[in-house]
Amino acid sequence: MGETRRGFLKKAGYAALGLGCGLPLFGAAALGERRARPRTPAKQLGLVIDVRKCMDGRVARAAIEACHSEHNVPFISDPLEEVKWVWTEPFERAFPDQAHGRAPEFLRENPVLVLCNHCSDPPCVRVCPTKATWKRRSDGVVMMDMHRCIGCRYCMAACPYGARSFNWRDPRAHLTDVRAEYPTRTAGVVEKCTFCDERLREGREPACVEAVRCVPGADGAMTFGDVSDPESEASRLLRAKFTICRRVELGTGPNVFYIV
Amino acid sequence: MRDRTTIAAGLIVFAALALFPVWWNIVSAGSGSPPELEIPAGAKRCVEDKAFMTARHMELLDRWRDEVVRQGKSTYTSVSTGETYEMSLTKTCMECHPDRDAFCDRCHAYAGVHPYCWDCHMEPKGD
Repeated sequence: MGETRRGFLKKAGYAALGLGCGLPLFGAAALGERRARPRTPAKQLGLVIDVRKCMDGRVARAAIEACHSEHNVPFISDPLEEVKWVWTEPFERAFPDQAHGRAPEFLRENPVLVLCNHCSDPPCVRVCPTKATWKRRSDGVVMMDMHRCIGCRYCMAACPYGARSFNWRDPRAHLTDVRAEYPTRTAGVVEKCTFCDERLREGREPACVEAVRCVPGADGAMTFGDVSDPESEASRLLRAKFTICRRVELGTGPNVFYIV
Repeated sequence: MRDRTTIAAGLIVFAALALFPVWWNIVSAGSGSPPELEIPAGAKRCVEDKAFMTARHMELLDRWRDEVVRQGKSTYTSVSTGETYEMSLTKTCMECHPDRDAFCDRCHAYAGVHPYCWDCHMEPKGD
């Protein structure tokens, strides 16, 4: 029996309908597969900062001084053009969602040491058009490749912590003592903390952590380690103490923790 | 043909202008000859052989840069000698070639290339 025109059109219509309904499912499955691909790094370096032990201004100063001199970070007093890798913020600016009027005085009155949070899902990495910044698989550090940065500043707009600085001018003009072992930057690139990747390579801990260790009475003010390893000192602290992170509600997954 | 002299003078001026690059290079001789390759005293051999380094050191440095910064590697195994070196411009290269003027700038100036390594990186301070 021959196929009627009407019958054929009907079948074709059903087939199209079936495909139309099925394809999004396939698409979703494929997307889910992409999502489910292990994106978590082999380990995740993190930092636990004890706010009480950092109340003495010397601790923050030691950390900032050590970091900025080690990495040739220029000192520019104009806040619109300043460059900073680690710095202090008033509590209500560091933790706008935690700062209420009845918070303990020591929290409200002492600035908090802040730096790049080396987020688990870093928004800066998502927006970088040149992959000049990326999440390192081996240890979870959010890396910077100054060679590749084109200075578009998307990452600065994306970072909710203000952890990135742009070089509006030649930084060498603002450096009193240049350390030859570490490169400076040029005008037109963005820079930030990289957990001292150059030190990590040699098995040393970040400059700020090392400097703070030398401050008398600041023992345990900064604990650096693999927060994905339950045996690490940092993980042990995280289990034992109550810690907060900056802007957790944004879902960036910060890896700098504060014991309050 | 009363304009013969004018035309001849015009042609000479035109030829002089058109051939400016040729005669200028001849007149300012000295800058025309490539600089002598300086061999560092004390060092026996480079990371790779001389021909490779002369022609392709920039590619090697680019590769080192990407491997160190982006892939977290730190050592390079020489293709020609099999020895391993730390991939570092300021440590490995400048250990034998400490003088930027003699080993980098002279040749780059002659070749008219302007690498921007030194915009950020620094020569190690003299010991």
